[in-house]
Amino acid sequence: MNKFVDAMGDACPIPVVKTKNAIKELGAEGGSVETLVDNEIAVQNLTKMANQKGYGVSSEKLEEQKYKVTMVIGGTETVETVEKEEPVVCIPDARKKNTLVVISSDCMGEGDPKLGEALMKSFIYALTEQDELPACMLFYNGGAKVSCKEGPIMEDLKSLEAQGVEILTCGTCLNHYGLSEELKVGGVTNMYVIVEKMMQADLIIKP
Amino acid sequence: MEKQVESPMTFCRGGGCTAKLGAGVLSRVLSKLPKGEPDPMLLIGYDSKDDAAVYQIDDHTAIVQTLDFFPPMVDDPYTFGKIAATNALSDIYAMGGQVKTALNIVCFPEKMDLNILGEIMRGGSEKVIEAGGSLVGGHSIADDSVKYGLSVMGVVDPASVLANNQGKAGDYLILTKKLGVGIICTANRVGEASVEAMEEAVASMTTLNKYAAEIAHNYEIHACTDVTGFSFLGHLHEMLDGKLAAEVWADQVPIMKEALIHADEFLLTAAGQRNRNYTEEFVDFQGISFAMEEVLLDPQTSGGLLMAVKKEDAKELVKELRNAGLPAAMVGKLLDFDPDKKEIMVKVGENNE
Repeated sequence: MNKFVDAMGDACPIPVVKTKNAIKELGAEGGSVETLVDNEIAVQNLTKMANQKGYGVSSEKLEEQKYKVTMVIGGTETVETVEKEEPVVCIPDARKKNTLVVISSDCMGEGDPKLGEALMKSFIYALTEQDELPACMLFYNGGAKVSCKEGPIMEDLKSLEAQGVEILTCGTCLNHYGLSEELKVGGVTNMYVIVEKMMQADLIIKP
Repeated sequence: MEKQVESPMTFCRGGGCTAKLGAGVLSRVLSKLPKGEPDPMLLIGYDSKDDAAVYQIDDHTAIVQTLDFFPPMVDDPYTFGKIAATNALSDIYAMGGQVKTALNIVCFPEKMDLNILGEIMRGGSEKVIEAGGSLVGGHSIADDSVKYGLSVMGVVDPASVLANNQGKAGDYLILTKKLGVGIICTANRVGEASVEAMEEAVASMTTLNKYAAEIAHNYEIHACTDVTGFSFLGHLHEMLDGKLAAEVWADQVPIMKEALIHADEFLLTAAGQRNRNYTEEFVDFQGISFAMEEVLLDPQTSGGLLMAVKKEDAKELVKELRNAGLPAAMVGKLLDFDPDKKEIMVKVGENNE
């Protein structure tokens, strides 16, 4: 039996309480419980419980502020095999580890801004066609306009996000351009995260 | 995302010191702040990890300045006011000072019943009076959720200021209140805590650290801090200040027993997990149960004092604290820093008598 728990917007320990109730409803034969939460600490608290109880557990980040924790609860003899199983992954993970794409302007390259905008559009489209996707894309300064604009670029960005690419836009920049309410894709970030992402990246791509 | 407060019944949604920002996040920001010219009269500022500032006025007087406020962790506004004030006043006692004046800090929704605010402030002012101080004003902000606390000013003799990081190897550690109030309040929020446990937690959270501090004044205390949001182990880490190590005798640590049961049911806070993440690298748990680990990492609202006391004084001090009705105990000792070991070792079965 499978159970689904929506604990989005719930503060700890509510996600754990809801998940425990779902596990109880599974009854003797066991099964799996998927819990959606909106923060990483809740993921850690759920994982901690699963580890203590000896349940199989895996988690993945679906998008900014949305995580899924999957627990597999079985009889004593199944627990061991469960733990050896590959974690369930819904979307094939095509992200290349630690490649970071930095978009710092709404134009690609210098020269005619009209051309620059068109180039940026093709760049992001071409990015979606790659076999290996970046782990993360950062948008700052003029780049913040890109993650706020409707149009073909937005379709591509949303497709990247759906495939697990983390998309983050600088909050200060959104404020500066009066776009705080306009962000259409991904999450808002700050300079600490931007610097951390850059320091940890194996490869930074800046079109 | 937090939900909006709609009625007095949802007044409490997991507050107190569980609402604190994580120590890891905070120290990254603080370490980047610009610093002005050092003022020689500033005895304790935020260069040390103390929660209060101590500023010397003349040879015999220094002022202690601190503030603390947070969202409710109990449903009764009057009780919440008492807890928030007790917690805010505590920093003065942790510094060895006496409370003189306090100002209210209030965030309150415009649409909420003002009687609730009245009850909160009544609880707060009772505690300021009990502390021997005067409530002299405050500042209120219309906000979408309730928060309350105090900004407090106290005085201390500069010669008897208690820093949190001046402990010496060989000192014994004394804790003056039971741990576990964070877990009890969390369990209470989901209807799992017993009435008795909740009463014990409230009684603990509304006990001023004044009494423990007054008794400790007659003993040789090298370092003192109050145990709050960063948990027993988090605050002990601050006390060690990278210069000392410590061992903790888990079976001697005073705790609310029921907290262990709820910890085993995973009724744990986000702040508790943040404390685990933060302290992981410097704590070595040796044969400690999962539940006890959680209690040692539990964010405490209005927790007790943690003191590093000269070894010879420790036994007598614990005795006097216990005679005063406090659940104080010797919980470990300070050691020389050993780079090959983790800074804090938590173990059981140590006979420290």
